Amino acid sequence: MAALGIAMGGGNWFSALALGVTLLKCLLIPTYHSTDFEVHRNWLAITHSLPVSQWYYEATSEWTLDYPPFFAWFEYALSHVAKYFDQEMLNVRNLNYSSSRTLLFQRFSVIFTDALFVYAVHECCKCIDGKKAGKELTEKPKFILSVLLLWNFGLLIVDHIHFQYNGFLFGLMLLSIARLFQKRHMEGAFLFAVLLHFKHIYLYVAPAYGVYLLRSYCFTANKPDGSIRWNSFSFVRVISLGLIVFLVSALSLGPFLALNQLPQVLSRLFPFKRGLCHAYWAPNFWALYNALDKVLSIIGLELKLLDPNKIPKASMTSGLVQQFQHTVLPSVTPLATLICTLIAILPSVFCLWFKPQGPRGFLRCLILCALSSFLFGWHVHEKAILLAVLPMSLLSVGKAGDASIFLILTTTGHYSLFPLLFTAPELPTKILLMLLFTTYSISSLRTLFSVPSFKKIKEKKDGRDLVLLLPVSLPKQGGRARTSRELPGRCTAFPA
Amino acid sequence: MFGDYEAQRHWQEITFNLPIKQWYFNSSDNNLQYWGLDYPPLTAYHSLLCAYVAKFINPDWIALHTSRGYESQAHKLFMRTTVLIADLLIYIPAVVLYCCCLKEISTKKKVANALCILLYPGLILIDYGHFQYNSVSLGFALWGVLGVSCDWDLLGSLAFCLAINYKQMELYHSLPFFCFLLGKCFKKGLKGKGFVLLIKLACTVVASFILCWLPFCTEREQTLQVLRRLFPVDRGLFEDKVANIWCSFSIFLKIKDILPHHFQIIISFCFTFLSLLPACVKLTLQPSSKGFRFTLVSCALSFFLFSFQVHEKSILLVSLPVCLVLSEIPFMSTWFLLVSTFSMLPLLLKDELLMPLVVTTIAFFIACATSFSIFEKTSEEELQLKSFSLSVRKYLPCFTFLSRIIQYLFLISVITMVLLTLITVTLDPPQKLPDLFSVLVCFVSCLHFLFFLVYFNIIIMWDSKSGRNQKKIN
Repeated sequence: MAALGIAMGGGNWFSALALGVTLLKCLLIPTYHSTDFEVHRNWLAITHSLPVSQWYYEATSEWTLDYPPFFAWFEYALSHVAKYFDQEMLNVRNLNYSSSRTLLFQRFSVIFTDALFVYAVHECCKCIDGKKAGKELTEKPKFILSVLLLWNFGLLIVDHIHFQYNGFLFGLMLLSIARLFQKRHMEGAFLFAVLLHFKHIYLYVAPAYGVYLLRSYCFTANKPDGSIRWNSFSFVRVISLGLIVFLVSALSLGPFLALNQLPQVLSRLFPFKRGLCHAYWAPNFWALYNALDKVLSIIGLELKLLDPNKIPKASMTSGLVQQFQHTVLPSVTPLATLICTLIAILPSVFCLWFKPQGPRGFLRCLILCALSSFLFGWHVHEKAILLAVLPMSLLSVGKAGDASIFLILTTTGHYSLFPLLFTAPELPTKILLMLLFTTYSISSLRTLFSVPSFKKIKEKKDGRDLVLLLPVSLPKQGGRARTSRELPGRCTAFPA
Repeated sequence: MFGDYEAQRHWQEITFNLPIKQWYFNSSDNNLQYWGLDYPPLTAYHSLLCAYVAKFINPDWIALHTSRGYESQAHKLFMRTTVLIADLLIYIPAVVLYCCCLKEISTKKKVANALCILLYPGLILIDYGHFQYNSVSLGFALWGVLGVSCDWDLLGSLAFCLAINYKQMELYHSLPFFCFLLGKCFKKGLKGKGFVLLIKLACTVVASFILCWLPFCTEREQTLQVLRRLFPVDRGLFEDKVANIWCSFSIFLKIKDILPHHFQIIISFCFTFLSLLPACVKLTLQPSSKGFRFTLVSCALSFFLFSFQVHEKSILLVSLPVCLVLSEIPFMSTWFLLVSTFSMLPLLLKDELLMPLVVTTIAFFIACATSFSIFEKTSEEELQLKSFSLSVRKYLPCFTFLSRIIQYLFLISVITMVLLTLITVTLDPPQKLPDLFSVLVCFVSCLHFLFFLVYFNIIIMWDSKSGRNQKKIN
């Protein structure tokens, strides 16, 4: 009895958080699920019933396989468990089949695979140093980071209500980031390569990985001023990295290359016919562009500058996924979006190459790549905002400036996910969870960055310095200081 | 869902469309066989209020006759929201205030205490899953407890009268309130302040009753009809399967069929009062806040076990006082609350609430186990059994294994409950005994409740000697 007591009360807070959120996910099982549920059921059926050569050709259902091969193999593995729940869901012809056992199986598979995400969060917490934290458990950066990641509102509603498998994919990404922080570059590279072949949306952040590994891993040393030392280039490292990527890709695409199906696979993976914007607009630059186009066309019609007959009937706001032309502003091609994205990520990539700041600099570049691709990419889903929000959580517990950016990003990002759950019964759930998460993130980060350093300055300096410091330090009380708290106390009094 | 959900919707329909005089009477517009109103007037007024809001949103929901069996997603959201609003306005503030007023506890423990009380699975599942408004009556009762414990006797009794006028089952709590307040009057001296207090209390109670029953006080027939609806004495000793003595006893001996009707009423009356008499007398003679709360538990439990026409949901009336003593005897309270949730298993399975039941029970158990470190607090002192075991040891010197026995009993109890749940969910009952599993659940729960009745009575009766030496908690 006493041993059980110690185990329970001994305070393994991380397990408590993980268990708590798992229980919440179990309660979300009967909620609304989107067509993604049918998508994954269909993929279970395809991978189970058909041979590999048919996987990327099967088109009985409109939800064809459009993720890379590793994900298909993952669905194949799941299907072998699924057959014990309900054999009928594995029939390709059973479109929209959703018996209670199917629902139970699919939901539990998401909850179960989230274990990888939990492990990744645990590894990330190890990379956060808590030296400057308070004594209270709930004020420690590790605790706050765990809550912000494990109980992330966006991930909860996208994975466990809307239905997707982002949990373990983000787990892979966070794990690879953690490995890079821990200077285990090969593992980080391997994990990212694997991740790319699970879901190719992570190509958004591939430039950050490529540039960082090349600059900070393949060049083993820097000159004293931080610039590149060309003769420290390590061929061994480059080749081993290349080998890892090559082997992973070979494992993934090899079978399809052998079957001469590579063009078909690529056309499924990159469906450019789908149009500039998704049916539900992601809140990115092109949404504004479309809106401007619409407004201008209305004004043009009113002022009789445009001929109503010449305006194409296909409207962007119809809620359909299709290609169309803009009326007033020039139409946007996939190449144009690529160029815009590349221009947007150029500054951060340059910084990563010319002024590398270790893993933190890499993380910033990663977040900026994700955001740029979200803003300027072709056919972006609003769920892609999570690619920026989750890594940003890692930075938010480090610096006050990052925390304030994180709060803005995460609150607006999560709010933009609201249209995903449009049913009446989910209304209280999504509002309540959003309020809880936002309130917690704001209050905990404020507490973390409230200014005990100000008090430390008071204790260290004598009266005269105190008078000089006061007018400078007071504006920083809101916790929005741009200077890093990692520097010793005297530096925080002066703006960077 | 043709159950309590439809009953509540129907009451909104009735109270909105019919004049007050007809609410409790059988008529062509109001068929009492179809979920007739059988709670006191305050429930009716609450339904009327909800009906006004429903009319504003969608009149089809409460249209007379045509809205029977109405179910839509928007309507479900509306009904569930009414429960949530009632909870937020009445029950949750009472719990939070109660935890704030606890003495000699750090803020962290107060918050943990409030969280554990609010996480109690039974109330959440019945109110939000099965659909009822228990949080209103329990909330009012809790305000009553708060008022009376903090010496705001008049406000406390007013709140408790509101509770009784919302659900007549709150009468289970009425005796402890009565004894406690009477005891306070005695203490203040019946010749002076005590007498004044007694009169004031009597006036408050009478006034609040008259206020609630005003439309029904005009004619004798009205009042009688309402009483007939509230206390259906024709219905028999028990209905369906409930974890009380009579139902468990009827496994061995069908007393419902053997004994005549009025005799059943008499023996249930006698057993109930005999079992709660010691605690109530003690409370009248030595009124204390702690004694009051424990007497609430034992009284409500006596009524549950021995009374007439008890429903399994009435266990919530016992669970509320047990939640109030959670901070004093965390181990036993947590155990009781788990058993009380388990006793409602057949009802919850009928409502397809298995997953929420499992999840909320696990969450509650873990929250209590970590907040109160219950497994470390199983010594005799912690279980408040020290004085009892000292007395027993005068006669039986070897009686030293009490806490060990209780720990083993807990383990056996949990294993039994988990096994029974698994069996009920996975297996089918044998053809000849279709109710086997529900009867087993009721029987096991009844044994637990008897044990707890003895335990709580022991605490109350043996509290006197240590009570005088300790400083009074409030």
